[in-house]
Amino acid sequence: MAKNNTIWNKKDLLGLEELSREEIEVILSTAGSFKEVSTRKVKKVPTLRGKTVVSIFCEPSTRTRLSFELAAKRLSADTVGITSSTSSAVKGETLKDTAKNIEAMNVDVVILRHTTPGAPHLLAKTLEPSVINAGDGAHEHPTQGLLDIFTMKEKKGKVKGLKVSIIGDIAHSRVARSNIWGLKKLGADVTICGPSTLMPVEIEKMGVSVTNSLDEAIEDADVLNVLRIQLERQKKGLFPSIREYINLFGINRQRLKHAKKDILIMHPGPINRGIELTHDVADGPYSVILEQVTNGIAVRMAILFLVTGGKI
Amino acid sequence: MTFHEKANVMDPEAIDKALMRISHEILEKNRDIKNLAIIGIRNRGEYLARRIAENINKIKRARVPVGVLDITLYRDDLTEVAEQPRLRETEIDFDVSVKNIVLVDDVLYTGRTIRCALDEIIDFGRPLSIQLAVLIDRGHRELPIRADYVGKNIPTSQREVIEVRLKECDGADEVIIGEIDGR
Repeated sequence: MAKNNTIWNKKDLLGLEELSREEIEVILSTAGSFKEVSTRKVKKVPTLRGKTVVSIFCEPSTRTRLSFELAAKRLSADTVGITSSTSSAVKGETLKDTAKNIEAMNVDVVILRHTTPGAPHLLAKTLEPSVINAGDGAHEHPTQGLLDIFTMKEKKGKVKGLKVSIIGDIAHSRVARSNIWGLKKLGADVTICGPSTLMPVEIEKMGVSVTNSLDEAIEDADVLNVLRIQLERQKKGLFPSIREYINLFGINRQRLKHAKKDILIMHPGPINRGIELTHDVADGPYSVILEQVTNGIAVRMAILFLVTGGKI
Repeated sequence: MTFHEKANVMDPEAIDKALMRISHEILEKNRDIKNLAIIGIRNRGEYLARRIAENINKIKRARVPVGVLDITLYRDDLTEVAEQPRLRETEIDFDVSVKNIVLVDDVLYTGRTIRCALDEIIDFGRPLSIQLAVLIDRGHRELPIRADYVGKNIPTSQREVIEVRLKECDGADEVIIGEIDGR
């Protein structure tokens, strides 16, 4: 039996910051094998039969939640999901108490999306089940980062040396942070671009180039990872108007005139059509946005497989 | 833990001859090769499957479809093995239903790998039949499974290890019996 030289021995997946290059590569290659399962007539393998996966979503989600659920079901795990609005969190139960109770029901994996950065890390320390971070505040969204990198690697054949520009609201974006950690570890050149007010201070310490010029970010880029303007987090007036944002940072066909001919346009979804991306770009030939969604299931299957299978 | 070789039980010629005999036996049993397909179990079963298919194609001037199965996801000991087995893709690009399938592996031992492979194939469809070809049958079955075609029966003790080495992945064709000391 062929064995991985790099052994995956992590109980949890909390962020790309704590992963090594080898661990990221193990996830990507495992995900490559899982992609085929979703194309079968019987889209199910018995790998996680008898395991229970609970997802706790304290923030709205369509894609991530569904994708995790499908990934777990295609591995034959039993899945249950709770959302904060219908849980005892409304009655004032702390997250830790909720989680301890869930643990007492003998579950194997807890998937958590939470508004507070570090919430999954806290659970991982206190719980025996594996914890997977499905987004913690503006901190990390590791599975999104991994599926973005997986898609880039699939489309471009490699990640090392790839020029990736991340556009938009960097400050509030956990997707940006996970992308940066992962891409830098795999040797990509990362540029971030957005309004100064949405740029975290000292972000260049993560090893990225920073620009406020969209044209500069598009020029030479192999990949544009366009972030969603998080309208729900924009009440503080960090840019004067949506219209100004569109003029300066919105991607349209005109803007892409000087882009590389094989540029990839990515977006983690949901798209604010007409704001960060125009329709023709979102649905255009460079867009791999829906392929990202397909790949998301394979990546999440790989992660469920690795965090549960590696334990003795 | 060190592996020490005790005997070389098959040389390249013996392996070739065994595979050729198996190929003929497959043709003898499956007179109509229209529905024949061969599926190898990763890793070494894949190479053996390709060699058997090549033999059959030469004899019959046919093109028998070959598939590859990775049974990692169907293992019953996934949470017990110390290291994660490396997961690779299953590649079956033909419809397995209405096919007589010959499943190929290098060594038949407990039968658990074959059990996984049977489950996986059946998830792909409903074959007319599934037959089993192995290069080595070393005994010690833990499940009621037997091979239809056997290259060589080698009675072993459970302490012993059979290593099938193939040109495609090990640089040479040979079958070695050895023992792992200090286990």
